[in-house]
Amino acid sequence: MVQRVAARTLERRIRISKAMVALCGVALALALVPLFAILFTLVQKGLRWWNIDFFTQTPQFPSLLDPNQIGGISNAIVGSLVIDGVAALFAIPIGVVAGLFLAESTSRFARVLRTTAEIMTGLPSILLGIFAYQMIVIGFDEWGVKLPGIGFSAIAGSFAIGILMIPIIMKAAEAALRGVPATIREAGLALGARRGVIARRVVIPTALPGLVTAVLLAFSRAVGETAPILWVIGASTVVSWNPRKEMASMPLQIFQSATSPYLSLREEAWGIALLLVVIVLVINLGSRLFAAWLQKERR
Amino acid sequence: MVDPMAMATVSTGMSGQDGNPWSGLTSMRFKDVAVSFNGRTAIRGVNFHVPKNKVTSLIGPSGSGKTTLLRAINRLHDFTKGAVVSGSIRLGDTDIYTGGIPATLLRTRVGMVFQRPNPFPTMSIYDNVVSGLRFNGIRKKAVLEEAAESALIAAALWDSVSNRMKAHASTLSGGEQQRLCIARALAVEPEVLLMDEPTSSLDPISMRLIEELLGELKSRVTIVIVTHNMQQAARVSDLCAFFLMGSDRAGEQIEVAPTKKLFSEPDDPRTLDYIQGRFG
Repeated sequence: MVQRVAARTLERRIRISKAMVALCGVALALALVPLFAILFTLVQKGLRWWNIDFFTQTPQFPSLLDPNQIGGISNAIVGSLVIDGVAALFAIPIGVVAGLFLAESTSRFARVLRTTAEIMTGLPSILLGIFAYQMIVIGFDEWGVKLPGIGFSAIAGSFAIGILMIPIIMKAAEAALRGVPATIREAGLALGARRGVIARRVVIPTALPGLVTAVLLAFSRAVGETAPILWVIGASTVVSWNPRKEMASMPLQIFQSATSPYLSLREEAWGIALLLVVIVLVINLGSRLFAAWLQKERR
Repeated sequence: MVDPMAMATVSTGMSGQDGNPWSGLTSMRFKDVAVSFNGRTAIRGVNFHVPKNKVTSLIGPSGSGKTTLLRAINRLHDFTKGAVVSGSIRLGDTDIYTGGIPATLLRTRVGMVFQRPNPFPTMSIYDNVVSGLRFNGIRKKAVLEEAAESALIAAALWDSVSNRMKAHASTLSGGEQQRLCIARALAVEPEVLLMDEPTSSLDPISMRLIEELLGELKSRVTIVIVTHNMQQAARVSDLCAFFLMGSDRAGEQIEVAPTKKLFSEPDDPRTLDYIQGRFG
């Protein structure tokens, strides 16, 4: 009975199966089209701006006589480096330690902290921009707390970017640290180790590949963020390494170039965008390769 | 079905299993010990003495609370929310819960080997063996090296790893990893070694090696072993404690007796039923 029905409906079932697989293929293609369109446009329009001047010069204003005289974006490259570097400097330790706490603690505070981190990853990033503007640029003077503002500066941008990074690192670090099997922790406990010692000498080394990936992915996310730094870093046009000074950054430079009245600058935005994408890509691939290498070292 | 009488007969051939295991010194005393999780009792009514330098096996079907009891001995339940250990467990003269001994110090005196080999994956063979010493602040190279060699010899692993101490622990086979874990536990020089089904994830040859090891180790350390394998209990232990899950799903002590007696003429009919394979 079953065999008879199965034989009779076999062809129809194969037809349906093939149609469904085809449908999946179409959906996949549709999803990939925009991605490749973006990458293709990016390379096609962006790559021709990459020359020595682009990486070493500061921006210049095109004149009517020489509309292609636009200089380079060295200030934005250095700015991004400083802003994101300083942000990482305080966000990584805070994020990893908080992640460790989330992974190790079952306390009520840990639950509250986890929920807070989840909410923070969902916040519109521009909110961090106005927060940094208020707290760092203008200064804070409420409820008896007085913080002097330090004006438009890289630090204000680092502050916003860092706050953006912390919950991302926290969540990813927690996941990496939770991936360490409980039996390994128990082995440490059974040898008379305190939990802090186990965390430092067993759990963190074991989770290191995951932690590195967590940190680098958060960093690559931060590199591309524009909204939090839009109007807090001062958008300087000179190269500066001093985090207290005004600074430029690549995402912000894209915004400024793309909205400028000069065609050459608007086109140059593609070059900066391409650089940004390449950096993010390198960090992503790098973190994967590094994690894979760390894993292999242990075999 | 295996005839338990036959096993017991075989076991009498091994040294130290004749006579009364309680005739010597006592290592630990259980008095009315019970463990509950969030008000649900997992095991209760534990009352017996663990003889020093003997092997004591805890047997019984799944859910009878053997492992729960074992983990109470080195206070691994401390980190489980809602876990309550009542009654008294004394190591020597010290009550391990109320006697003021810090849990970390207790665990250096009561080592543990787990069901599955769990060497630290990022560490070399050498670093694994000395990890317990390092965790407790011992830094001197000479001390560490001597402890490593002694522990590896005791765990019958020295000959096969002495020339590759820097290799990762994961390069060892499962049986070797388990012996590495035994060496790691021994390096801390505990008085008691708890073993939670230490051979259940190993092949028969590795199992046999570890069983033979237990006979040699007991001159150095008191061993308490949980096992599902009754032949193993009969082969390796001097004293045997039998547990069973009661009608309210809480495990309880049914009978504790010298292994030979428990496997040949147990006092409780339920013990006989279990060792003859009638349930569990």
